[in-house]
Amino acid sequence: MKILVAIKRVIDPDARIRLNADSSGVEEESVEYKVNPFCENAIEEALVLQGAHGGEVVLVTVGPEDVTQTIRSGLAMGADRAIRIEGVDTELDSDLVARILHKVVERESPNVILLGKQAVDGDNNQVGQLLAQYMGASQACFASEVVLEGEQAKVTREVDGGLETISIPLPAVITADLRLNEPRYASLPGIMKAKRKPIDVLTLDELGVTDTALKIEVLSLELPPERQAGSMVESVDDLLDKLKNEARVL
Amino acid sequence: MFTEEHDMIRDTVRKIIERDINPYVEEWEKEGHFPAHQVMKLFGDAGLLGLKYSEEYGGADLDYTYCVAMAEELGEIACGGVPLAVGVQTDMCTPALARFGSDELREQYLRPSLTGEMVGCIGVSESSAGSDVASIKTTARRDGDDWVINGEKMWITNGYQADWMCCLVNTSDDKPHKNKSLILIPMDAKGVDRSRKLDKLGMRSSDTAQIFFDNVRVPAGNLIGQQGWGFFYQMLQFQEERLWGAANMIRGLENAVSETIEYTRGRSAFGKSILDNQVVHYRLAELSTEIEALRALTYRATELYVKGQDVTRLASMAKLKAGRLGREVADSCLQYWGGMGFMWEAKIARLYRDVRLASIGGGADEIMLGIICKMDGTLPKRKKGGA
Ligand SMILES: Cc1cc2nc3c(=O)[nH]c(=O)nc-3n(C[C@H](O)[C@H](O)[C@H](O)COP(=O)(O)OP(=O)(O)OC[C@H]3O[C@@H](n4cnc5c(N)ncnc54)[C@H](O)[C@@H]3O)c2cc1C
Repeated sequence: MKILVAIKRVIDPDARIRLNADSSGVEEESVEYKVNPFCENAIEEALVLQGAHGGEVVLVTVGPEDVTQTIRSGLAMGADRAIRIEGVDTELDSDLVARILHKVVERESPNVILLGKQAVDGDNNQVGQLLAQYMGASQACFASEVVLEGEQAKVTREVDGGLETISIPLPAVITADLRLNEPRYASLPGIMKAKRKPIDVLTLDELGVTDTALKIEVLSLELPPERQAGSMVESVDDLLDKLKNEARVL
Repeated sequence: MFTEEHDMIRDTVRKIIERDINPYVEEWEKEGHFPAHQVMKLFGDAGLLGLKYSEEYGGADLDYTYCVAMAEELGEIACGGVPLAVGVQTDMCTPALARFGSDELREQYLRPSLTGEMVGCIGVSESSAGSDVASIKTTARRDGDDWVINGEKMWITNGYQADWMCCLVNTSDDKPHKNKSLILIPMDAKGVDRSRKLDKLGMRSSDTAQIFFDNVRVPAGNLIGQQGWGFFYQMLQFQEERLWGAANMIRGLENAVSETIEYTRGRSAFGKSILDNQVVHYRLAELSTEIEALRALTYRATELYVKGQDVTRLASMAKLKAGRLGREVADSCLQYWGGMGFMWEAKIARLYRDVRLASIGGGADEIMLGIICKMDGTLPKRKKGGA
């Protein structure tokens, strides 16, 4: 059983962010990065499946050299090795990432490809689906339970109406929802071992991705409006009046 | 000084706190009790209780920079009592056992304390001897193959829940610095009475106990290291204890400042936010500057310490500054929370109560000042026979 887990780092979702001067992106000076929470669920699930079925867990991410730290945290959780594809965020969109991952899948031939259902920075929720399409493989997105049975994966998906359980043939693309599991902490021995685990670095050229054109162009970004200071009301009647006439929510 | 591994350790500590500690702090503070074994196990399972200890007993053989990184992250815990308990376990009750305890003793008590299965405590202070450690009264007398212990220990952190105590006792009538020994006392031994849990201003969730020993018998092998060296062993760990204390203060103060900024930004009076008053944002900037200075001092002392230098002076300064600054930051921030800050359950009120201990416990501010003066050569010589 070989499991490929695609992970992404995101700017710490709890941090205050600022836009850069021309509002084309987020100011990246002195921001802190974390592993996208859904990707942690994906890593955890891979490790659980590996625990049950044996085999290898391989991480893959696209990013500049300083994403190595993100990779190391995944290796510290227990993954066996990793692949980093050289790239920078501003020159990527979901489609290009899916095509890059497709090439990695061709090289590695994993049985299961796990991803987070979306990254909490752009919240696009596209890469898993696009990748399955490029692979011509089955997909099960928003997984809250994964069971491998021979050459099949039985996946419970969180869909609008409730839960849906489907069986799909391997190799398959599965994207993780928050309720899939509770990601483990990287333990100290795990952290110390991570240092010695191999990280292969490949360029898009080496991987054979020649078409790097983007399908999405970001025109500009804006911050949500600042929250106004609150005020105290004298009575319930005042409150109702304000809700009706100022906030217009009643 | 810090590497990628330090960052990952910090990250794991923060995750444990976010997921398994902070959601319960409110409840523990209210109950005046936290589940020490459960919390210790969280850190033990992640391999974080034995950073600096030998791999032979389940530690990781890392240098003290890792302990400082962890102490700093423990400051994320939303109260002072829980990190204090962890600090006692990693840096106060275990160092002498790890360095000087017999193999049997370490196998029996150190190993399970590093996995978090056992909780330990350190018994030095007594109701009549705190700063003046030399004047403790508890005694241990040899009787056949046993030590027989009589006396009392006061303000013992983890005392109510601990499985064992590293206890400083008098083992002879020699001079006060030469008659002391460290003896490991299992807390379920006959004659140990820890019925008195103390009611405190702060550190509410930490179990602080007064403990009595009435003819408590422990095997001769429970002596840690050599007889008569207890005082010296205690002194050996002061540098690390103080660095730990200083590092542990930083994050709580930073959080207090940033939470105060958020609160005052959102609250308006006289047509503008509280934060928009220059006296407020200037004061908060001043405090942030001081906190960074505390961090710089702590890091510098740590860096020199792991290079092998004696940093008693710098570590004492860091401990002193942490105590003083903790009070200053908590008081200033609480002021800007107004009536809200005066409420018992306000987080800033808890900080205000909890940081007060830092200037008292583990060597009071004045004791730190005395040490700094001694090293700077400004402490007047004591007259012979005088107090
Ligand atoms: C919550 C809490 C937890 C604790 N946990 C532990 C523990 O786990 N194990 C343990 O052994 N002890 C513990 N202690 C005890 C703590 O270490 C002592 O309280 C501390 O050492 C001070 O001793 P004391 O209280 O006897 O004060 P005293 O020695 O009576 O001193 C009182 C005050 O006098 C001043 N003073 C003292 N000496 C001098 C001097 N030479 N020059 C000028 N001023 C001076 C200081 O301001 C000092 O605060 C704890 C205490 C508290 C409150």
